[in-house]
Amino acid sequence: MAWYIIVGVIVILIIVVLIATYNKLVRLRNQVKNAWAQIDVQLKRRHDLIPNLIETVKGYMKHERETLEAITKARNLAQQAASSGPGARAKAETELSSALGRLLAVVENYPDLKANQNFLALQEELTSTENKLSFSRQYYNDSVLSYNNRTQMFPSNIVASMTGFKASEFFEVSVAEEREAPKVSFP
Amino acid sequence: MGLLLLLVGYFLGLYFFGSGIGGLIIALVVWGVMSLVAFFRGGNILLTLSRAKKISRDDHPRLYNVVEEMKIASGLEKMPDIYIIDDPALNAFATGRDPNRAAVAITSGLLQKLNRDQLQGVIAHEISHIKNRDVLLMAITAVLLGTIVILAWYATRILFFSSMAGGRRSSSSGGGSGQLIILAVGIVLIILAPIMAQLIYFAISRKREYLADASSALYTRYPEGLASALEKLAASTSQLKSANKATAPMYIINPFRKKGMRASNLTSTHPPISERIRILRSMAGGASFANYDQSYRQVHKADKGVIARSALTTVEPVSLRAATPEAGEGEPDQIQRARDTSAVLWQLSSYKTINCACGTKLRVPPKFKQSKIKCPHCGRINPI
Repeated sequence: MAWYIIVGVIVILIIVVLIATYNKLVRLRNQVKNAWAQIDVQLKRRHDLIPNLIETVKGYMKHERETLEAITKARNLAQQAASSGPGARAKAETELSSALGRLLAVVENYPDLKANQNFLALQEELTSTENKLSFSRQYYNDSVLSYNNRTQMFPSNIVASMTGFKASEFFEVSVAEEREAPKVSFP
Repeated sequence: MGLLLLLVGYFLGLYFFGSGIGGLIIALVVWGVMSLVAFFRGGNILLTLSRAKKISRDDHPRLYNVVEEMKIASGLEKMPDIYIIDDPALNAFATGRDPNRAAVAITSGLLQKLNRDQLQGVIAHEISHIKNRDVLLMAITAVLLGTIVILAWYATRILFFSSMAGGRRSSSSGGGSGQLIILAVGIVLIILAPIMAQLIYFAISRKREYLADASSALYTRYPEGLASALEKLAASTSQLKSANKATAPMYIINPFRKKGMRASNLTSTHPPISERIRILRSMAGGASFANYDQSYRQVHKADKGVIARSALTTVEPVSLRAATPEAGEGEPDQIQRARDTSAVLWQLSSYKTINCACGTKLRVPPKFKQSKIKCPHCGRINPI
């Protein structure tokens, strides 16, 4: 009789642990999804800001046609990549980041532009969107890390493989490219 | 601390009603009522007391954006409300019983003083109070402390006066050495309980401050931002007009701090600022909790860290980020920041702003009834 009770308790304990592990996995996967949605929001916001920026800047920056065209091109490419996976997307967005960086670096040469209220507001929005992007990427990668750890580490990996949880992809930006200081050349 | 409350209640009951249960019930009822008030009205009371004004995105885009950035970094689900307190003192606080009903408030003085990185560090500290549910924790402990203090205060009064009147209520029920021991233990407890409760409360508060600093470093990946902000806070001595003792743990620095206060003692809600700065600045290796913990141990020359063991499990390195260049890329300088902040305050007190053609900004009070106003500089007549 005592044996039945012991075995019963052990079985119940195992079931409780399994359920808890499964729920934890679901929670982490949802967190990854939410974090990804947040990146999506910020990327979209950036794409929306760019036509506005070009419109404001165009009148002042007669000599920066190439820079502006590069931004428009990078934006279109990034928008096309919107439906692909994190890896391809990160690459296109990095292009856009560096093109924008080049533009903001040459703003110093246009004092009139720097006095334009409209432009100042846009600049604040752009700076903040870039920050939000990097913070949401940071949060996304943290979430992916803890989710992946769960799906790959013992014993939760058993539950994960039984119920079809797969590791997620990181949103990596090639750091060298992003950190590279924009080059400004004076003719 | 809850145990202390129960003990106080039990002995009170034992002494006054002859059974511990009655006292227990009284203690719990008092505590329950006070908690409910704090739970449902706490945040609003604090914001009302400090005359904080709620702002929207358009009022101060920079502040709003920084809060939103930190909301994203911390993974909070809902954007907290943002308030500005019109006060030259440098301080900020967070409130709200759960992360969905949270608010951060910042004084106008602080908003002017800090650059973007520093503002980010301070806001991250406040957001992590929200994220770690410190507001609720500290409210519960504060109410518990308050209940113990009130009960003990009444008990000593009653004991004192009843002994003056020359009769003990329980003397009729026999008495003896057992009764005396209970009385002695009860009196000692009633005297010591409020002090012990207070010390526990301060210890919890300091620990949560360290945790919030560590989280701030983790969210911003840039401990120097908070460190230099704290440096600016430490240099100022003006006290916040509207702070009070119960709400002190929610501020970023102790609002009752005096110049040269030796604060490493047991009776402070916040760790000394100089020490917090030292810890943040010695986080050389990275921005994770483990780095903060290591830095804390290094500064204190202690083996025991300050972050709970369970939070130190991730071993992945968290790299620091580079500073945003000072005064780079459209960063407003201090004069510009002061102008922005005062513009927000004018607008929040529903003053109208009229830009005269000569470049003067006219602030028209809401009570002003005429339809035209003369510019004091150039004499032009401006319509309102």
